[in-house]
Amino acid sequence: MTASGTTSRWGLRVAGLGYIALLLLAPLVLIFYKTFEHGLAPPLDAITSPDGLHALKLTLIMVAIAVPLNTVFGIGCALLLVRHRIRGSALVDAVINLPFAISPVVIGLSLFLLYGTTGWFEPGLSEAGIEILFSVPGMVLASIFVSLPFVVRETVPVLQEIGTEQEQAAETLGANAWQVFWRITLPSIRWGVAYGVVLTTARVLGEFGAVSVVSGSISGQTQTLPLFVEKQYENFNLPGAFGASVLLALLALSTLLAMNFLKRKEDA
Amino acid sequence: MEAATVSRRSAPRAGLRLPGLGAGLGRGLVVLYLSLIVLLPLAALTDQSLSHGLSTFWEQVTSPQALRSLKLTIGASLIVVLINAVFGTIIAWLLVRDQFPGKAVVNAVIDLPFALPTIVASLILIQLWGSKSPVGIDIALSQTAVVVALLFVTLPFVIRSVQPLLIEMDREMEEAAASLGASGLTIFRRIIFPNLLPGIGAGVALAFARALGEYGSVLLFAGGLPDTQVSSVFIRQQIESGNDTGAAAVSVVLLLCSLLCLFGVSLIQRWSGRHERSTKVQMTPMPFEGDGEGPR
Repeated sequence: MTASGTTSRWGLRVAGLGYIALLLLAPLVLIFYKTFEHGLAPPLDAITSPDGLHALKLTLIMVAIAVPLNTVFGIGCALLLVRHRIRGSALVDAVINLPFAISPVVIGLSLFLLYGTTGWFEPGLSEAGIEILFSVPGMVLASIFVSLPFVVRETVPVLQEIGTEQEQAAETLGANAWQVFWRITLPSIRWGVAYGVVLTTARVLGEFGAVSVVSGSISGQTQTLPLFVEKQYENFNLPGAFGASVLLALLALSTLLAMNFLKRKEDA
Repeated sequence: MEAATVSRRSAPRAGLRLPGLGAGLGRGLVVLYLSLIVLLPLAALTDQSLSHGLSTFWEQVTSPQALRSLKLTIGASLIVVLINAVFGTIIAWLLVRDQFPGKAVVNAVIDLPFALPTIVASLILIQLWGSKSPVGIDIALSQTAVVVALLFVTLPFVIRSVQPLLIEMDREMEEAAASLGASGLTIFRRIIFPNLLPGIGAGVALAFARALGEYGSVLLFAGGLPDTQVSSVFIRQQIESGNDTGAAAVSVVLLLCSLLCLFGVSLIQRWSGRHERSTKVQMTPMPFEGDGEGPR
């Protein structure tokens, strides 16, 4: 390596790593520092307040409903797209990518307009006594919408990669479709699916815009953790906002760890 | 004869059928799920935006405040993707070609903006670059804050689409160029950059689509002042003031812009697919390791 090569290498290092440090690491370190500046008590009190606990519980409910639904859908849809090449699969593929491209607020507004007081379903819904907006079902629908693509997108390439030879062999040996799926296909795609599940979970945990439009963010009723953060900040309760933020940041960091672990599994 | 034709035709599709149900039923379920979750709400949105006719739609979209927000959104997003293109390529290069302590950690941390809830990002940024900034730089509630927030959330896109291309790239070309006396800059300009272009393009388009719709990270940090209001914040305010039609109209415009970006990505995919040696650029914001590198 020549002298000028070494200089430019160091230039790139300073630029690239400096950029990451300034944009990513500095804010992250600061938020942990600010949260625990006055000890563990203030953030803990905020999270274990009734509203905080309720927000945590509601967030976990979102995950418990949206993630399994999108996982089952994701695997089924990936199988259809890769193995069956159904008519219109290009269109299905495009629709699946839509949630990536739409602003969360627009997603929230769409649900608001569909289920709201002037919405398409309004007369029927209120007659049946079903509340979707400003209650849990609407928030679940928003969570499903925003996190829909992940499992499909992560499963499709893995399915393409494993090919069909083993599946064909199993079929030839008399395995039925369920046996082939459980014994051959699912074990071979499991890390890809798991990766998609991790991404789905992270997205549902952190979803803010779409849920905030449809939920009304009522404390202790329709507030997930991200909404709780916003409300606490607006009410100048900074320890509360920081406490919930750090909790979410820790969840995000564990997501990163899980992603790394799964990547290594897949490579192995 | 008949049987032979049938089996030949079905041969390439052999492999797993959806267990327990035929492809027809499977397709029906997939389409139903997508319609209920995604398409129906979007149809309601489009319907609302046009409910008072095209002229009202146009009036709403071209109202001074709506136009201002659209201009800010698109302008800031353009600045952001330009910065991303440069720094994303540099960082991807460092992660693939360079060796430095802590590289694995840096590589893992890149995805943090995907994993971190946007509202937390907003809160974090306002602590560092707001009125209580420990370094004395206060850019909160300004247009600069919009750009910084968008830079934060879009950081991974270019890096993650350039990285696989760099890994796959043939180093012989560079070595040949170097042995023929090309300088570092020439090698980058003539060999590395053209090879990375599909990745940079796809990353930029994905980042742009994301930046156009960003809401949470901008909300607390840049706020909803007339000057700093991006379109999604504007839409939110219109919903709260009861102007559903205006909110829907601006939403449709935003949606169309994002769709154009996605279309751009798929064009790039097709283009780079035709140039066999480059990796197929992935749609996913967080490509699974090994994506598209396997046998096709």
